[in-house]
Amino acid sequence: MSRPVQQFKAQAELSTHNLRLRATIQTALEKYAVVRDTNRRAFQDYQAARQAAAEIKWEAINHLDRYLEQFVSKLEARGTKVHWAGTGRLAREIILGIIREKKARSIIKSKTMTSEEIHLNEALEREGFEVVESDLGEFIVQLNKETPYHIVFPAMHLTRGEIKELFNRELAADASDNPEELTRVARRVLRKKYVGADIGFTGANFAVADAGMVSITENEGNARLTAALPKTLITLLGIEKVLPRLEDLALFLPLLATSGTGQPLTCYNTMYGGPRQPGESDGPEEWHVVLLDNRRTELLADAEQRDSLHCIRCGACLNVCPIFRNVGGPAYGTTYSGPVGSVITPHLRGWQDWKHLSFSSSLCGACTETCPVKIDLAHHLLQNRRKAVTQKSSLAGKLGFKLFAFIFNRPRLYRRVAPLGRLGQKLHPLVKGTRLDPAYAWTKSRATPQIAPRTFREFWRERNLHEIQQRPMQETKGQNQI
Amino acid sequence: MNEREKILARIREALTVQAPFPGEPRAPGQQRPSPAQVRKWLPPAADSFDEQLALFRQNATSLKADFYALNLRDELKSRLLALRDAEDWRKIASHSGELTDLGVSALGVPVLKTDSGYDINELEKCDAGITECDALIAQTGSVLVANRSAGGRALSVLPPHHVVLARRKQLLPDLPAAFELLKQKYGCNYPGMISFITGPSRTGDIERILVLGAHGPRKLTIFFL
Amino acid sequence: MTVTLFIPCFVDLLYPRVAVSIVEILERLGHKIDFPEELNCCGQPAFNSGYWDEARAVALPVLRRLKNAEAVVIASGSCGAMQKVFYPQLFAGTKQEAEAKNLAAKCWEFSDFLATKLGVTDLGARFLHKVTFHDGCHGLRELGLKKPPRALLAKVRGLELVEMKEEVCCGFGGAFAVKFPMISTAMGEVKCAQAAETGAEYIVSNDSSCLMHIQGLADKQGMKLKVIHLAEVLTSR
Repeated sequence: MSRPVQQFKAQAELSTHNLRLRATIQTALEKYAVVRDTNRRAFQDYQAARQAAAEIKWEAINHLDRYLEQFVSKLEARGTKVHWAGTGRLAREIILGIIREKKARSIIKSKTMTSEEIHLNEALEREGFEVVESDLGEFIVQLNKETPYHIVFPAMHLTRGEIKELFNRELAADASDNPEELTRVARRVLRKKYVGADIGFTGANFAVADAGMVSITENEGNARLTAALPKTLITLLGIEKVLPRLEDLALFLPLLATSGTGQPLTCYNTMYGGPRQPGESDGPEEWHVVLLDNRRTELLADAEQRDSLHCIRCGACLNVCPIFRNVGGPAYGTTYSGPVGSVITPHLRGWQDWKHLSFSSSLCGACTETCPVKIDLAHHLLQNRRKAVTQKSSLAGKLGFKLFAFIFNRPRLYRRVAPLGRLGQKLHPLVKGTRLDPAYAWTKSRATPQIAPRTFREFWRERNLHEIQQRPMQETKGQNQI
Repeated sequence: MNEREKILARIREALTVQAPFPGEPRAPGQQRPSPAQVRKWLPPAADSFDEQLALFRQNATSLKADFYALNLRDELKSRLLALRDAEDWRKIASHSGELTDLGVSALGVPVLKTDSGYDINELEKCDAGITECDALIAQTGSVLVANRSAGGRALSVLPPHHVVLARRKQLLPDLPAAFELLKQKYGCNYPGMISFITGPSRTGDIERILVLGAHGPRKLTIFFL
Repeated sequence: MTVTLFIPCFVDLLYPRVAVSIVEILERLGHKIDFPEELNCCGQPAFNSGYWDEARAVALPVLRRLKNAEAVVIASGSCGAMQKVFYPQLFAGTKQEAEAKNLAAKCWEFSDFLATKLGVTDLGARFLHKVTFHDGCHGLRELGLKKPPRALLAKVRGLELVEMKEEVCCGFGGAFAVKFPMISTAMGEVKCAQAAETGAEYIVSNDSSCLMHIQGLADKQGMKLKVIHLAEVLTSR
């Protein structure tokens, strides 16, 4: 087993036994589901909106070269410096280069998962820079030395009591566990950081090609401040963030909000077109936009699964995923967790280490059903499984399924299964519940179903043999018995 | 090849294989949804001015913004004075504009004008930021601002209370109308910043419990003249 | 008409009464039953595990045998989804592509066959219990079968249906249940808790595999929940 799969299983074992944590997550997501459903119902035709969004993202991704060039030339025309980074490492070097050149010391960040993807904070801190996350949830997890639990709700796993203790310990605050009071503590601390920061750092939700603008969606106003106050602004975004036209946002902003947090529209939806322009009263003197590939082009090259690049990172699939709800984000060991993370991670970070995420699914399809841009995530998981096996199948798996096909294609052999199974069940109590039990993975937590005294095929054969018309079955005690 | 060319080459190579279109193939000329179509899918926006005004009021109120439709411009002054006294404004920030000039003239407190640059520390000390806007959007209860209409990027978000002065004719039905307006107004030369402000700043990051005034203003007041 | 029955291995071995009930219902409605004894698996375990060659090896005899069937009724939403939705994908680009599509068009999950194809919902059943209905995910999301089982339950005398608060997976998921038992179990616990919250005596479903998982968990934990397949409810008097 690869290291990530061991880590995943170990973490899943821990978190599924943490009933308090599971209840916290369940409650938070139930609240989300109520508002999400209300606001989806407010659409006159939600399904048509979703379909149109899927088609627009298809158009953007399938003409990515053209739209990226348009986006970049518009940005450059207004004085923005655009950088291209093929890998995470190169992106880090570019960003460090800008920061060094500006002789900056402190960086204020608004929420960006792409910077988590390239492990930017660690790299900056290693070089001695002060990096402060300004989104409240991100600020909390940074203070708690954790990674975001969820791509949209980073601190959803912590209770207000835990956050109170964290703030009182790390910020020398004297707060109660009242969320309003805790928020005020963070606001006070972060205001000072804003005013003093040399560099503002943001991610992006959309890169609008025809306008040459970056669109950022948020609720707190922290991204607004990050992009307004420091003298230098850096924005990091994946190349897949493109939308063809500014007016597409009329559709995408409400879809992102309803799926992301459940709101009709988030509090601030802001489009940035450049650094401070002539005649404008404020804004950064310099704006650097870093475009990141980091193997997105490999996913792009897979036409069958290309649409997984349509993802707008709303987190809706995480919220409905029973796997995510029960194991939580950190168990995945990936930047992007939940169904979409399981789909894209093996493509971006290697099949052999990350294929287990595609197998860790009951294929229930709740992700596909909820995705606002209609990515068929559940079927992508199936595609991933096929690709993982084609690339490198385990000997046991191969032999197992060869045997499976062998038996099920031989009815005479299959007939032996029932008597053999009955014999096995007679012997089963000898090992049941112990590690020697071949069915331990099942029997540890679940009772074993019993093979019926008479299988349906046995019943059918007898019925035909005696040529008697079957009367309705009599009620019997056990539900397996005939 | 530089990095840009390398990435673009990889993209072009990848796109030589077609990916299936997610739906019915589109007829030529029907390449993308029109604003009229989008309008039919989104949450409904009212037709008449009165209905739009009612819808805006309803949305703004449920977002916990304060909304006042004022009949006379004189009423604006008295309303602002009342706010000044209620919240004990010592210093406020604003920008030049027909409505803002009218509004702040009567306040009798120091006014930081952001038009030609300002000190961030000074703006941070202001009790309120008074701005104009580009539009109000009935469908969502949003205020649309841009650098030019709202005194820059920070004025509408740094002070703890954002007061918006809007004109009657700025009321728009919905988001598609807002993007049409932006296109008309800015052509293809968009400003440094355009922002849809939908209620006062908020967070749900602690146990999904709503708290207003996370980083931006705790209060948003909209005067509709 | 002649109805060809597809009875997968777990129904055959563990829950034969489900199949017997289906036979009883269809015969009572005047249909002739054709039961191809040699077909006992649709190939889904191999397909879901990524072994498409092996899945095709199992699916091929199914395609051949069902080629001339008038209508195929499948005693599980999951196996139904395999034949209706996944066979066309599995055989895409092969010689059997057309055959797979042909089969997909005429196979029916059992409740869908009754309520949609035959338009029969009242089977004269009586079941004096409070029940909740668990939607097997494949039936619900791959086949879109939210309504048919409920239409059938609505006509059962004495039955009271109380819905659970979510349409959430029971955590079975085939091999997933034993590859990631802790997650599968946690999911099942959530399901059982939501079912218990309704105060129902029985969890009814149109998928025996889900019921096997739910019952296994409930029994191990000493919960009082009982499970029963929809077909058995429909033959209750």
